[in-house]
Amino acid sequence: MAGASAKQVLFEPIFSNNPIALQILGICSALAVTTSLSVTIVMCMAVIAVTGFSNLAVSLVRTQIPGSIRIIVQMTIIASLVIVVDQILKAYAYEISKQLSVFVGLIITNCIVMGRAEGFAMNNPPLLSFLDGIGNGLGYSVMLLFVAFFRELIGAGSLFGFTLLPTVNEGGWYVPNGLLLLPPSAFFIIGLAIWGLRAWKPEQVEEPDFKMSRHKAKEAF
Amino acid sequence: MAKAKDTVSRTLMVALVLSIVFSVVVSTAAVMLRPAQIQNQNLDIKTNILSAAGMLEPGMTVEDIEESFARFDVRLVDLETGEFVEPSAVGVEDPMKYDMYKAASDPGMSTNIPSSEDKAGIKRRPDVAKIYVLQEDDEMVRVVLPIHGYGLWSTLYGFVSLEGDLNTIEGLGFYAHAETPGLGGEVDNPRWKQQWVGKELYGEDASEPQIQLVKGGVSSDARDREHKVDALSGATLTSRGVEQLVNYWMGDRGFAPFLQKLREGEV
Repeated sequence: MAGASAKQVLFEPIFSNNPIALQILGICSALAVTTSLSVTIVMCMAVIAVTGFSNLAVSLVRTQIPGSIRIIVQMTIIASLVIVVDQILKAYAYEISKQLSVFVGLIITNCIVMGRAEGFAMNNPPLLSFLDGIGNGLGYSVMLLFVAFFRELIGAGSLFGFTLLPTVNEGGWYVPNGLLLLPPSAFFIIGLAIWGLRAWKPEQVEEPDFKMSRHKAKEAF
Repeated sequence: MAKAKDTVSRTLMVALVLSIVFSVVVSTAAVMLRPAQIQNQNLDIKTNILSAAGMLEPGMTVEDIEESFARFDVRLVDLETGEFVEPSAVGVEDPMKYDMYKAASDPGMSTNIPSSEDKAGIKRRPDVAKIYVLQEDDEMVRVVLPIHGYGLWSTLYGFVSLEGDLNTIEGLGFYAHAETPGLGGEVDNPRWKQQWVGKELYGEDASEPQIQLVKGGVSSDARDREHKVDALSGATLTSRGVEQLVNYWMGDRGFAPFLQKLREGEV
């Protein structure tokens, strides 16, 4: 990654190196907070802020951090930032922070944040690290918004809480698909998205870990 | 270089400085944002009380909400005796400051519910509850009572608002829960909540609430339709939870003794 340009670190994570689709990080919150777009957007902004500033902070002190405690140092920085973000949401976006409940706190355990701090910010200058954090946050957001778009539209017949398909409960014609409101549905959407992305960019397809040998022994005939 | 920063003293130094810097950052944020957060929480509770009482109109500003809420008297009730108690009995000056859900986890201020009677699934009940009374010209117009209990995934917290006869429901709503969105989460659906309006809690016996959540809707000629509400489709367990928690809180382990005394004019 050494010598990467600012533009690269900012935009590569969005499609070419998406943290969810390629690195398969941060799946847990992608399942939990994607039932409605407005909640998802706030979550995305929180994650972008945390990845950006934690990368910046880690990178600023990277030459000072002793190797033996570097993970704890990163954790402290990330946890503090998450608490600050949580406090700000509670003060200025109370309704949405109630819906996000514990998931803001769980940004601490979001693998993307930790992964970028350890994998990028420890070896790169502050500005570049900051952009990398923002870029990865954006990559995460693109994927989350994609998932939330389908979940809210098909599961509740609305977008941003604004009704597009009037549901039967409200006296309309659309019978919402309740499965899309349950967390497992996000797996299907993420899976389809990864399939689509890798069909578009075949270089993301991973080498198979092993090949199945041909079936030779005749059994159960 | 690499060796120099890995010494024990250096490691301790970095850890110490880092801890101090970030504890200052975190505590500054917490202290500075505290007033705004408390205001939000209070406003949220007031909004929910007004909403259960059917007094919340779209487009109300913060001042409007405060003004409407100020018409309520906040009172504390001893659930065992069914009588009003003074705020000093629970160690606060302003009844608004009393938190009955916090009291429910304090052994000195709550009672264990035997599991055979624990219909609402809440394990402990606070001895004193906080209620909201609206009086107009010395006449009781409306009483808003807190209710809570277990649904499918979570404890639902809400309010039920009763008319002056202390039997007819004027509104019911939950302000905190984590039921499945779209299924059990439909407890927030205004159309569903609308069904509660005008239902009656009690039949002949004023200590045994009769609320039932029934499947398939309530037809206009059903027996006991004044006690029946359509259950939520796809949310059997949430519906059962709501039915049981309403009946628990309106029963003789909940507010029934208080409502009885209030009806007879004894308190």
